[in-house]
Amino acid sequence: MIGWKYGDLLDLSDLTREDIERVIETAKAFKEVSTRDIKKVPALRGKTVVMLFAEPSTRTRISFELAAKRLSADTLNVTVSTSSAQKGETLLDMAKNIEAMNVDMIIVRHKSAGVAHVLARALKPGVINAGDGCRAHPTQALLDMFTIQERLGRIEGLNVAIIGDVLHSRVARSNINGLVKMGAHVTLCAPTTLMPPGIEKQGVAITHKLDDVLPRADVLMFLRLQKERQEEKYLPSIREYVQHFGLTTEKLKNAKKDVLVMHPGPVNRGVELSAEVADGINSVILEQVTNGVAVRMAILYLLFGKKEKVS
Amino acid sequence: MSILIKKAIIVNHANISKEPQDILIERGVIAKIASKISDPADKTIEANGKYALPGLIDLHCHLREPGFEHKETIETGSRAAAKGGFTTIVCMPNTNPVIDNAKIVEGILKEAKRVGLVHVLPAGAITKGEKGEELSDILELKAAGCAALSDDGRTVYNSQLMRHALEYAKMANMIIMEHCEDPTISKGSMNEGYYSTLLGLKGIPDIAETMIVARDIELARYLKTRIHFCHISAKRSIELIRQAKAQGVAVTAESCPHHFSLTEEAVQSFNTNTKVNPPLRTKEDVEAVKLGLKDGTIDCISTDHAPHAREEKELEFDAAPVGMIGFETAFGLAVRELVDTKCITWSTLVEKMSFMPAKILGLPEKGEIAEGKSADMVIVDPQKEWVVKEETIVSKSKNSPFIGQTLKGLVETTICSGKISYQA
Repeated sequence: MIGWKYGDLLDLSDLTREDIERVIETAKAFKEVSTRDIKKVPALRGKTVVMLFAEPSTRTRISFELAAKRLSADTLNVTVSTSSAQKGETLLDMAKNIEAMNVDMIIVRHKSAGVAHVLARALKPGVINAGDGCRAHPTQALLDMFTIQERLGRIEGLNVAIIGDVLHSRVARSNINGLVKMGAHVTLCAPTTLMPPGIEKQGVAITHKLDDVLPRADVLMFLRLQKERQEEKYLPSIREYVQHFGLTTEKLKNAKKDVLVMHPGPVNRGVELSAEVADGINSVILEQVTNGVAVRMAILYLLFGKKEKVS
Repeated sequence: MSILIKKAIIVNHANISKEPQDILIERGVIAKIASKISDPADKTIEANGKYALPGLIDLHCHLREPGFEHKETIETGSRAAAKGGFTTIVCMPNTNPVIDNAKIVEGILKEAKRVGLVHVLPAGAITKGEKGEELSDILELKAAGCAALSDDGRTVYNSQLMRHALEYAKMANMIIMEHCEDPTISKGSMNEGYYSTLLGLKGIPDIAETMIVARDIELARYLKTRIHFCHISAKRSIELIRQAKAQGVAVTAESCPHHFSLTEEAVQSFNTNTKVNPPLRTKEDVEAVKLGLKDGTIDCISTDHAPHAREEKELEFDAAPVGMIGFETAFGLAVRELVDTKCITWSTLVEKMSFMPAKILGLPEKGEIAEGKSADMVIVDPQKEWVVKEETIVSKSKNSPFIGQTLKGLVETTICSGKISYQA
């Protein structure tokens, strides 16, 4: 993989604009593989990819697993239900045990920020961050950007609104990072209590009114709202949140006709999006899922290319 | 046992000797200081123009015994303290059981005496079990040998209880050392701000500290009593303390080396040794701590030496315990960050690390090198640069974010009560 420098994918802040373009370009080629009758290429034959998931996940795990399998890698799922602390085993112990079985790549999802970072520093195999706490979810942002690029032909100059619980969102953080780098105009829209401090330093605009972003946006990216935010006193009620930050068919009328409605999933129907909007013609939610496999194939392919060059 | 130190530059809080002096120590006391002493002594130390400082006094450390001996013991902690140039240390009561009764105090004092490397002064808990519900038997703690009171690790959040604690402590003539942290707003693992946003970690805002500082200043003002603030980290806290002092409120404060040496940016490594409470803060806060030390708002430098075992720190950042060790790096950091940068003078360093801590504790025989004072002393090479190496740390735990860093000023000899407690 000439020109691909990285053996790990931890955070989009490590990638340049050219790197992101490279991923999108590579994903485009791999997307076709999934439409074939025989959905498999031999690129990673003999490689072992371990999915270390310490947080519940269905679609990201399946997406990575399919991506690895369609590249002919062997995959293994390790689900960790409790934190390493509770088991009296450190996280590093667990990862080193997996490393000792000579695996080639570790895909890690964890509720604590920084876990992928720490593992990458300590382990020989490559590490892909499949989401760490509120910090980063780089493959989600890459597949979102791939979807935007495919649908609208460009990212530069587009108005992208990211709406919802930005404070707790790794998807938002990674997308902000990537989209700003790609030249999009990003506006964040969230209640004041769910807007992270200092985020404007990342080159984004901030608003607390959906009406501010609806008319100009080319892309409306909604974030999942965890129901517990109400119990944690971030919000008076889900009801009020829906009224002010949820998207309905009625509100969608104020948006551009061909605006893209995106969501990383799973959608709380009736909260972030009404069912009609989630299934409507502007929604590209299922396409995001389809593209996720292609983008993750591209990432695995590029990262393994680097690893081979090293050895 | 007598010791004769030859040709040392004596650094006190008020002055530095112009010429090297000889210092004679007899029976635990500084017997004579003169430009040339020819009296016989059991041992002679050639200082060759190096600096002699009054023994360093740490108002804030954790020795972990009883209860957490896998992190540190009174013995290993004493050894580390002596290596760092300390001769007197105040250990915090968040042990298991908590230091809230005479029996525990006696146990600690007995063990510290057996080890005999440093004066260990326990801080007793303000409230029973540090639970913030009812006052400890404060007069009993005083009689048993507690030097101060603190619920370190947490604030006495109930204002009525804190009021009574301050009033009662005044009667006992004991200083209350408050850990300033509003627990209802401090659930996080680093400073709240741009970096917590960037790293996706829950933030602790500086107001968690400043709101309690403000409350306690008001309590001390109203009650006309004194209070001491532990490990002050925020610029705004320092502003409040500066104002309170100007208005005559009897407040004193300490800051730790990591709060003038590191910013929150260090957390980017996800090195759990940078996780500490109060958290590492911004550049502006670091500058404010330095300014506070320079202008006297911050009275002293404490270590908040907080050992944790490797397996406890090798966790996810948000799951790891707070704290870092500090005995062995405090002096070198203070010289590097404060003296070498001309922020403060050598005399001010002695004021912050010995004279003022002695004053706050009410120990007139300590904090100064003068005839008749306790023979607690440290001889340092002021120019020597050295690298912090994990393998040379004598503390039982190695949780330091300064490993690999070059510090300045090396402790060569520590003398505690006229006995050599450490020799490089």
